[in-house]
Amino acid sequence: MPDFSTFRLILEGLLTGLSVTVIVALAALVIGLVLGFGLCLLREFTRIRTVHFTIDAYVELLRNIPALTHLFILYFGLASLGLRLSSITAAIVGLGLIGAAVTCDIFRAGFRSLPKGQIEAALAVGLRPGQTIVSILTPQAMRIALPGLSNYAVQLVKDTSVVSAIAAPEIMFFARSMVTSSFQTTLIYATAAGLYLLLSLPLMQGVRVLENHYGKLKA
Amino acid sequence: MDALLSVAGLRKSYGPVEVLKGIDFSVKAGEKIALIGPSGSGKSTCLRCMNFLETPTAGEIRLDGERIGMRDGRLMSDRQLAPQRAEMGMVFQLFNLWPHLSVAENVAIAVRKVRGLPAKEARDLALEMLAKVHMAHRANASPLELSGGQQQRVAIARALAQKPKLMLFDEPTSALDPELVREVLTVIEELADEGRTMLLVTHEIAFARDVADRVMFLDGGVIVEEGPASAVINTPREERTRSFLKQIRH
Amino acid sequence: MTGFLQPYVEYGSEWWPLLAEAMLNTALLTIAGFALSVVFGLALLLCQTSSSKALRGFATVYVTTLRGVPLLAILFLLYFGLPGVGITFDALTAAVLGLSLCFAAQVSELFRAGLKAIPKGQREAAMAVGFTPVQSFTFIILPQVVRVILSPMIVTFVSLLKDSSLASLITVNELVLTGRAMATEYFLPLQIYVAVGLCYFMIGWPFSILSRRLAAPAAR
Repeated sequence: MPDFSTFRLILEGLLTGLSVTVIVALAALVIGLVLGFGLCLLREFTRIRTVHFTIDAYVELLRNIPALTHLFILYFGLASLGLRLSSITAAIVGLGLIGAAVTCDIFRAGFRSLPKGQIEAALAVGLRPGQTIVSILTPQAMRIALPGLSNYAVQLVKDTSVVSAIAAPEIMFFARSMVTSSFQTTLIYATAAGLYLLLSLPLMQGVRVLENHYGKLKA
Repeated sequence: MDALLSVAGLRKSYGPVEVLKGIDFSVKAGEKIALIGPSGSGKSTCLRCMNFLETPTAGEIRLDGERIGMRDGRLMSDRQLAPQRAEMGMVFQLFNLWPHLSVAENVAIAVRKVRGLPAKEARDLALEMLAKVHMAHRANASPLELSGGQQQRVAIARALAQKPKLMLFDEPTSALDPELVREVLTVIEELADEGRTMLLVTHEIAFARDVADRVMFLDGGVIVEEGPASAVINTPREERTRSFLKQIRH
Repeated sequence: MTGFLQPYVEYGSEWWPLLAEAMLNTALLTIAGFALSVVFGLALLLCQTSSSKALRGFATVYVTTLRGVPLLAILFLLYFGLPGVGITFDALTAAVLGLSLCFAAQVSELFRAGLKAIPKGQREAAMAVGFTPVQSFTFIILPQVVRVILSPMIVTFVSLLKDSSLASLITVNELVLTGRAMATEYFLPLQIYVAVGLCYFMIGWPFSILSRRLAAPAAR
């Protein structure tokens, strides 16, 4: 029967990985949002077919291939070309690039749901196209995209567990390394699961609040 | 002569709010009755109690002598109610056609699944009913392609195909654009002329006067006034009826 | 570029049969996981709509927990953790179970949203023509729900396909694990993992296109 001191030991061990989990999630989130928004603007507001094609191909390739495979390509694959990324860098870059494909679609759906009259009204009062995008369309699209984006953030926190597979020292990595040296496996993995739950519960609650709020606005 | 439909002591509450405060009336076979009254008077609730889409809090409803919704002192389940509901055709305010089925299927499906007719006969019957409402030419269309008036006519055909003893109309024209109201009223008039028994909740006062034998004016959950249609509408006895009719004419 | 492609020319005939077999395993794992997700998801939906407070409470806790915990943690718990309390699964069973336990929460939410999207009048009209509750569900409600959720359901299927890759970490011999073994044998991790990625793409992309096709008319 595991006593409380064992549990404390396990918890302390897992918490060593917490900072890496948070750093990877936050950094990937920033890359995902910025790059995704950039890609969305290029896709929606340029008329260059090669650009459209490239972005579509990028989004499809990143969204239809597992994160684990992308991480292996970045971490093991690029190393064979002599480009050696640290496991944390590979994790951030990998999850960030995947996130860009995800958020690009979310942002695009936001822009596409705006009525055409919004653009027409902005142009009619004499705004230039750039001004229209920045001050009229983007704020509205953001509000529509917000629930989707926050869902993505919840998913991202959970997805950081995958980077343990390329030995990035986050929560799951420490869970696995402890397991090799202890028989308290059930408790260790259950505690790890609980820790992720504690991370994602507040985020999930936030998603619900946003969905209720913006759901009402739409109706 | 015995009544086809008899309602006694009908009450309905939502929590502390009593919407129907004791309604009594009866309908003879072939009779057409219009229920009128201000919104919130309980007239739609009253109609929906007839086939237990709303469960009354108290009271007794009988169709052809058979107690609706209660058996051996117990409320019947939706499953047990199904054959009783099949005896009454209902036309809804918002049509409620099933969008995944064609127009003909909307009319035929209950004929097949409830009455058990073979597919061929059910389709023939559906086409016959659609012809009655002048919609046979759109039998294979999807309900989504139809105008509101056309949808409501199909909904009427769907109810007719049940061969119901009684037709219930729940504000059949109030969701329609003004120019589409007439085509639906015409169809209902034609049915009235066939001698069908009808209970009709409506805002169309002139129509109620022309089609109904009797009119009941509901307000605040009670029948304030009832009588021959022309009498109630042209020379109402009660002050509340008068002011309602005055309002609605403006 | 030719340097990058050279190994495919050289080893392609050796790699392809290995990858094809692994693709089949991944496909079977995905299909089994998805089928069981739908079963669990519907059971969960019954709990959510049940009149029993305990069942509803269970469903809420289940959905919240399983949506808040990473699949990998569930897989490790099932495969490495449960033997600690005397419950042992083989890797494939643990993978199918873990995937379906996780995705059941998503499937039930989809069904719930689908049911919510059907206006109340649809059921009322079905009752009014004399359908029993079972008939009304079978002929009127379910066909409409299926239409509403088909596209998001396919998206969920593709997510499950991608997440099935995590089964490699509990030693299920699917695409990624096969890729790892090949990468060790041939010392060509880049080419091999790219090939593995394309294998997933070949399975998943057609479904992604299909789901967009199905969603398009509803969006207009």
